[in-house]
Amino acid sequence: MEPFTTHTGVGVPLRRSNVDTDQIIPAVYLKRVTRTGFEDGLFAAWRGDEAFVLNKPEYAAGTVLVAGPDFGTGSSREHAVWALQNYGFKAVISARFADIFRGNSGKSGLVAAQVDEKVVQRLWDHLEQHPGATVTVDLESRTVRAGEGPEAIEDSFDIDDYTRWRLLEGLDDIGITLGNEADITAYEATRPSWKPATQHS
Amino acid sequence: MGKTLAEKVWDEHVVRSAAGEPDLLFIDLHLIHEVTSPQAFDGLRLAGRRVRRPDLTLATEDHNVPTIDWDKPIADPVSKTQVDTLRKNAAEFGVRLHPLGDVEQGIVHVVGPQLGLTQPGMTIVCGDSHTSTHGAFGAIAFGIGTSEVEHVLATQTLMQAKPKTMAVTINGSLPEGVTAKDMVLTLIAHTGTGGGQGYIVEYRGPAIEELSMEGRMTVCNMSIEWGAKAGMIAPDQTTFDYIEGKPEAPTGADWDAAVEHWRSLRTDDDAEFDKEIVLDASEMTPFVTWGTNPGQGVPLGASVPSPDDFDEPNDKIATEKALEYMGLEAGTPMREIRVDTVFVGSCTNGRIEDLRLAAEIIKGHTVAEGTRLLVVPGSVRVRLQAQEEGLDQVFLDAGAEWRGAGCSMCLGMNPDQLAPQERSASTSNRNFEGRQGKGGRTHLVSIPVAAATAVRGTLSSPADLVPAGHVASQEA
Ligand code: SF4
Repeated sequence: MEPFTTHTGVGVPLRRSNVDTDQIIPAVYLKRVTRTGFEDGLFAAWRGDEAFVLNKPEYAAGTVLVAGPDFGTGSSREHAVWALQNYGFKAVISARFADIFRGNSGKSGLVAAQVDEKVVQRLWDHLEQHPGATVTVDLESRTVRAGEGPEAIEDSFDIDDYTRWRLLEGLDDIGITLGNEADITAYEATRPSWKPATQHS
Repeated sequence: MGKTLAEKVWDEHVVRSAAGEPDLLFIDLHLIHEVTSPQAFDGLRLAGRRVRRPDLTLATEDHNVPTIDWDKPIADPVSKTQVDTLRKNAAEFGVRLHPLGDVEQGIVHVVGPQLGLTQPGMTIVCGDSHTSTHGAFGAIAFGIGTSEVEHVLATQTLMQAKPKTMAVTINGSLPEGVTAKDMVLTLIAHTGTGGGQGYIVEYRGPAIEELSMEGRMTVCNMSIEWGAKAGMIAPDQTTFDYIEGKPEAPTGADWDAAVEHWRSLRTDDDAEFDKEIVLDASEMTPFVTWGTNPGQGVPLGASVPSPDDFDEPNDKIATEKALEYMGLEAGTPMREIRVDTVFVGSCTNGRIEDLRLAAEIIKGHTVAEGTRLLVVPGSVRVRLQAQEEGLDQVFLDAGAEWRGAGCSMCLGMNPDQLAPQERSASTSNRNFEGRQGKGGRTHLVSIPVAAATAVRGTLSSPADLVPAGHVASQEA
């Protein structure tokens, strides 16, 4: 995984709460067996609507999505994260993320930055008044920034320490765990015999 | 201080714990299906890794599979590739697979319990958010993403921060005709879709204890719909009776040892939850959704709400958008909403008890003109059991379609989809925009409401039906 320290890119205001995973990528787009090529399915139902924010040229190159609360609810499909990444997004800012979505983001290298709801409102207003304006997501200092002068927005965001460390270092979870393989083997030796198995030798 | 059920099960599975890091949890059972696993197996191959514990892994085909002509090759080439990829991966990595056509094939959350692989006190994961279903047995069970699927395949563990715990106590008894589905839809409308976020929830209280295992699975299944990490119910005699004699259940001395341990899996009297919610089952009624998330529901006897009924600006906007998408007018009585398709099935309500109840209500009636009823058993075993009991004939006589096992219209990855603007009453768990097909409109309902709706063509409960015998004698 590529390390992530800070990113500045065009902010996309998605004025919707409860954006569930079926909205991010409908099930019919989940049939690929690769991790790439899911950008076509991103927000597929809404992309047909000319007025949809990603269809406006100013936002087409967006890399930072700013969405309403309860982003990523519903299914466990990591394809939702891949679709956002395949499209070009590096970070999503919201007041609240669904657990599985946030976990998946951390594993795949998409930063899910949780901020106060007021910050989302201010970012929305700013990005709508200045289409194409950029937002910075700084993982080192855990801050989001946008705008300049008296209008400038700067606030901290929440992300758990462990995920932040892994993203900053670009570390692979499985490698870390296999470093503790002896602990797993020791645990396995203590499991009671009556626990079920799917195969019997 | 004592421990909650969740804490007991969690602590029993900690392989490694260090300050500032998530716990490393051992996983007792890893369930796999074709949609969320191909990229995980690919990752293993790339890194030259193997599946650490094929003996704790089980795969089935469910999301993509057709529910008609299942003996023929899958028509959709992309679905076929995904299913073929699972078969190839299972063979290469030595994973037990129940493919289409196998007698144990079915929805992954129906298959685990019916094989007896789902047992109290376990940790169970699957690349599917409704893994919460298995919590009904007193297991910690939750959905994971594909990177985590790969992690479990390679290590049989997961790194997880310990969630907070919540108790949902449901007192009283459900009134006649009101089911576990109504109970959980009522709860979600009460908490909102984010209300459970960050918590493992324990459902408890007399109304929960009175539920069958099927009912408990329905409640735990929908934990994810209010954002909970997992839902669980303490195991009791109902649980033990359900498991005993199942193919993979322990036997003899192992059974006694297992039950003795399972009996200890109860929240201690002096344990403390981080949050508690109390509801009264005796006040519950048949409950249906009007909107585009599972929290947007009302009693069947109520009317479609208006954006003005909500104070929060976000709720107002969400309601406006939902009504527009659903093609509904505020103030319309729910009972007057006409339905094109009724879907009975899914891991929420596709078990044998669900089909029995649906058949009991439908028996002697016919499906309304202009409405279609799709009955999709959760597994091949459920299908065979239903056929043995003659339930298939009841459905066919009423004019319903009797299908093969799978997820089917719950998410419309196979050909069972709603057309744009087509309206369904569905016993599944998600009414998101486009969930059952692009532009499709979903009302989540219980089994009795689904069955009665199929007969009347509008959202209904069995109480709205003219008794079957009465109709027959009038016609004679
Ligand atoms: S029945 Fe529906 S909710 Fe259950 S596993 Fe299948 S798609 Fe998911």
